[in-house]
Amino acid sequence: MKIPVTTIRLPTRPAREYESRFDREQSLLKMLAIPITSVAIASMITALPIFTEEPLLPPLGLLMFLSWRLMRPGLLPVWSGVPFGLMDDVFSGQPFGSAGLLWSLAMLSIEIIDARAIWRDHIQDWLIAAVLIAGVLLGGLWIAGMAHAAPDPAVLIPQIILSILLYPLAVRICARLDSWRLAT
Amino acid sequence: MAPPKHRRPGFSRKAQYGLFVTYVVAIAGTMVSALLLAISVADPAGFSALRTAGAEITAPVARMFSNVRRSAQNMNATAAAYINAGSQNAALQKQAKVNRKKLIEAQALRVENARLRGLLKLSEDGESQVAVGRLISSTSSSTRRVATLSIGRNFGVERAQPVRGPSGLIGRVIETGPTTARILLVTDAENLVPVMRASDGLPAFSAGLGNGTVLIKPLNLGESPFKVGDVIVTSGNGGLYPPNIPFARVIKKTSDGALAIPYADPGNTPYAVVIRPYQGEARAAQQAVAPDGETKEVAE
Repeated sequence: MKIPVTTIRLPTRPAREYESRFDREQSLLKMLAIPITSVAIASMITALPIFTEEPLLPPLGLLMFLSWRLMRPGLLPVWSGVPFGLMDDVFSGQPFGSAGLLWSLAMLSIEIIDARAIWRDHIQDWLIAAVLIAGVLLGGLWIAGMAHAAPDPAVLIPQIILSILLYPLAVRICARLDSWRLAT
Repeated sequence: MAPPKHRRPGFSRKAQYGLFVTYVVAIAGTMVSALLLAISVADPAGFSALRTAGAEITAPVARMFSNVRRSAQNMNATAAAYINAGSQNAALQKQAKVNRKKLIEAQALRVENARLRGLLKLSEDGESQVAVGRLISSTSSSTRRVATLSIGRNFGVERAQPVRGPSGLIGRVIETGPTTARILLVTDAENLVPVMRASDGLPAFSAGLGNGTVLIKPLNLGESPFKVGDVIVTSGNGGLYPPNIPFARVIKKTSDGALAIPYADPGNTPYAVVIRPYQGEARAAQQAVAPDGETKEVAE
């Protein structure tokens, strides 16, 4: 089928119209800022007026962080669990340092898994994320229980299930952001 | 996806050391986090400055969304009121007739109460209000039940002040910032509230369960005296929460107490009133004369 000339999309930005179409460099700022900002904003969602009777809102910062790590290995350095986790602690209401520790441990365990299971598909990544999400949430409850009185672990079950089911969506969002990040 | 190539740096010494350093930094960072955690477990109020700063930064966005949410709710209520106007009018008129009688009785009781108080030379201040704000966010992904209030030290909010809504007790202030304050809700497992049954003043304690309900435990031993539907109010014991604030309704009787749902729903309360601690001055004076050991007045 012959494609009419009018349907071919022309570059809309006037400044780029006369630039070279190939061998462009990605913006370094965009490449660095998009993963960092997306995890930070996801951590801050809990500051919006969302009220739940029990812990129900998934830990969106953790979901975003795990998706970036599992979808794009090598992008986030091994130590990045510490700064991202500490930032999440500022907003989550947990004792300060709890996510810093747990996210970093999650990061190190993915690093160990990476050395064992090299070729993985999406389902296996989802399984790894599910185990880590449940581990981090239960660990968070245990840590909160050290500092304060803590409720029964059974209150976490709905939140764990919801978070595991939301992981594929978080990967989709990361993939969209990633293609924007690497676009020239 | 397979791990990228830089995991196996080959013969380059620089790349090998670079990879090694990232692992060293990761392990060191984990240990530093564990240390920070140990500090915050030992002193829960230690990092409150950081949390307050976080709340202050996000407060403008939270206020905006809170306003949007409130106007949407108002719109719903207005539309519903138009649809229900006729039937509601009839129901309300019937209710008003009943209430008029009760109101006269209550007036008589108030006069009698004042006379009896005068005889006993009892003087009791009513609850005095510090400021009125709104709840703008809550820790909905953590097991801790803490909410953020839209006002802080700028309106004279201080730690250990009780907070109530129009329908009942919400919690107490645990941290204050310049324009926000953090409130420990009554459903948090750490929040113990001295309460009583409204009908006969049976004294009890309430502890949050972290899932939207509270556990009411009576002080006296034996079988649980509660019935489904019992109304629980604060008792004023301990001098923090003023007495007779509506607290919760019993929904289930257990072997040693009862499960109850608090009247104040933090997600649905139009405003939150910060009130002065009940008998706070008396308690402070008592502490000044005979401090009871290392106990802080209200820790987080």
